[in-house]
Amino acid sequence: MIEIQSVSHRIGQAQILTDVSLRLERGGVIALAGPNGAGKSTLLSLIARLQPLQQGQIRVDDMQLGQCDDRALARKLAILPQQVNASSRLTVRDLVGFGRYPHHRGRPTAGDRARVEAALAQFDLGPLADRQLETLSGGQRQRAFVAMSYVQDTDFLLLDEPLNNLDLAAARSLMAQLRQLADDQGRTVVIVLHDINYATAYADRIVVLKGGRVVADGAPAETVTAAMLEQVFGTAAPVHSVGGRPVVLV
Amino acid sequence: MARATLIALLALLALVCASLLAGVAGLDARALLTSGEGWELIRDSRLPRTLAALLTGAALAVAGQIMQLIAQNRFVEPMTAGTGQSAVLGILLTSVLLPGAALPVKMALAALTALAGSLGFFAITRRLPPTQPLLVPLVGLVYGGVIGAATAYAAFQADMLQYLEIWLGGEFSGTMRGRYELLWLAGLAALASYLVADQLSILGLGEAVSLNLGLNYRQVVLAGLVVIALVSGLTVVTVGMIPFVGLVVPNLVSRVAGDNLRRSLPVTALAGAALVLAADLAGRLLIHPFEIPAATVIGILGAAVFLWMLYGRGSHAA
Ligand SMILES: Nc1ncnc2c1ncn2[C@@H]1O[C@H](COP(=O)(O)OP(=O)(O)OP(=O)(O)O)[C@@H](O)[C@H]1O
Ligand SMILES: [Mg+2]
Repeated sequence: MIEIQSVSHRIGQAQILTDVSLRLERGGVIALAGPNGAGKSTLLSLIARLQPLQQGQIRVDDMQLGQCDDRALARKLAILPQQVNASSRLTVRDLVGFGRYPHHRGRPTAGDRARVEAALAQFDLGPLADRQLETLSGGQRQRAFVAMSYVQDTDFLLLDEPLNNLDLAAARSLMAQLRQLADDQGRTVVIVLHDINYATAYADRIVVLKGGRVVADGAPAETVTAAMLEQVFGTAAPVHSVGGRPVVLV
Repeated sequence: MARATLIALLALLALVCASLLAGVAGLDARALLTSGEGWELIRDSRLPRTLAALLTGAALAVAGQIMQLIAQNRFVEPMTAGTGQSAVLGILLTSVLLPGAALPVKMALAALTALAGSLGFFAITRRLPPTQPLLVPLVGLVYGGVIGAATAYAAFQADMLQYLEIWLGGEFSGTMRGRYELLWLAGLAALASYLVADQLSILGLGEAVSLNLGLNYRQVVLAGLVVIALVSGLTVVTVGMIPFVGLVVPNLVSRVAGDNLRRSLPVTALAGAALVLAADLAGRLLIHPFEIPAATVIGILGAAVFLWMLYGRGSHAA
């Protein structure tokens, strides 16, 4: 379980997050939505200790952020940031291999290698395995980074807009795999999504941020309404119910 | 890959032989190897000179690679970003304030100022927008220039300008047994960085990815900066500043061997060693019996390669 208690965050004079409290139970896919600049990436980076906490507390299971061992946390929680350095001449296989680093600390075992090969296959990266990152297309590169987070094999997986640059098939296949991780292995996936329809189709719960505050939180059928979209995004998009779940017409 | 390494090794071996045989004292190969005088010459002068060039080249190339990973920018290296200039400033200050200090003391202080210099460089360039990769080396040049100017002013005041030239223009003509051994430490520092090759490769993916993988980011960066400072301090004290090795070698090697340091770092070290030895050899032969400093030869060569990197097909290398 991830427990966020009254977290606030400022950058300079700007208040980025205000008194955010959330309990993210173990097991399930939780979508984080909200307009650009709402504070979604900031919240994720605080949970993943990429930035120091200024106010409030975050616990990941029994680990208190700021007081726990970085390496131990890296085996429990993985994050894929929104922006990653892509101008590397690492091969896809090397990159995905580094996802196992928290487990082997530089001495990969046969088991680690097998995991990497399996992830390469699972994310359709087999034919690209020996290509260097800077020679890949945006979506191929994104898949490689997702595979790296995946292979880290953590209970908690935080993904910041992983569908960026992915084509329809890759996006659906990634969401289905995340769904499977949650259902079959009890993993917790927190994922920032801009396309609400992916959230309603694959997530158990949607948390909506606006202006650094949580403004809606609940099952997709309850949260995603035309009124919410109007209030949060300021756009009048009609919402229809298709097969029992809300679909936003764009 | 393996074949490329083999070819590089053979080329290096040929260079070493040539370097042992070539020199002002006009002995032909046979006389050199059969007379006692020849062996003495090799032991006291040619071998030290050869080893010094190899160690300097390997260490500078590795230090450049580490600096590029920390900066996440392929266009920086210690000698053109203020670290080398800071080392010179350190030696100058030591010479003025502690004139009797032993060489290891000078070296330690040079390494300390080099460390301070690179910390300053990273403190400044951290704030630069990542969308403008060329700003980083540019700021580095200006920063190094400012430190260099301050050093020149201090040297002028202390009436030590003639020494400044020795530290600024790296060359190996004065290398002899007993006067180059500190460079083994620089070589050792470079070698030690291979132990953390994985951590350094991860560093190149940025702070967020490093933290995510449980790396102690600050600690690894600091370790890298210490290696850079040691290499800069030691090489500047013993042979003087040699620019561009740390810039050009890691860039060229990365094109062939990629960015996984476990594979590429040994190639980088070998290529750096070969480049500096070749430059020293060329400097000895081109206008024989006079010599061109290795730093000058590399400066010309390196500048040309750097421009090619910027404008040629390497323009996406940022
Ligand atoms: N380094 C910074 N300096 C100043 N302001 C910042 C900085 N980083 C983020 N911000 C501001 O913090 C706010 C929240 O940013 P954040 O990246 O968390 O938003 P987000 O919800 O992820 O948006 P997006 O959907 O565009 O990714 C934004 O208003 C942004 O301008
Ligand atoms: Mg964001």
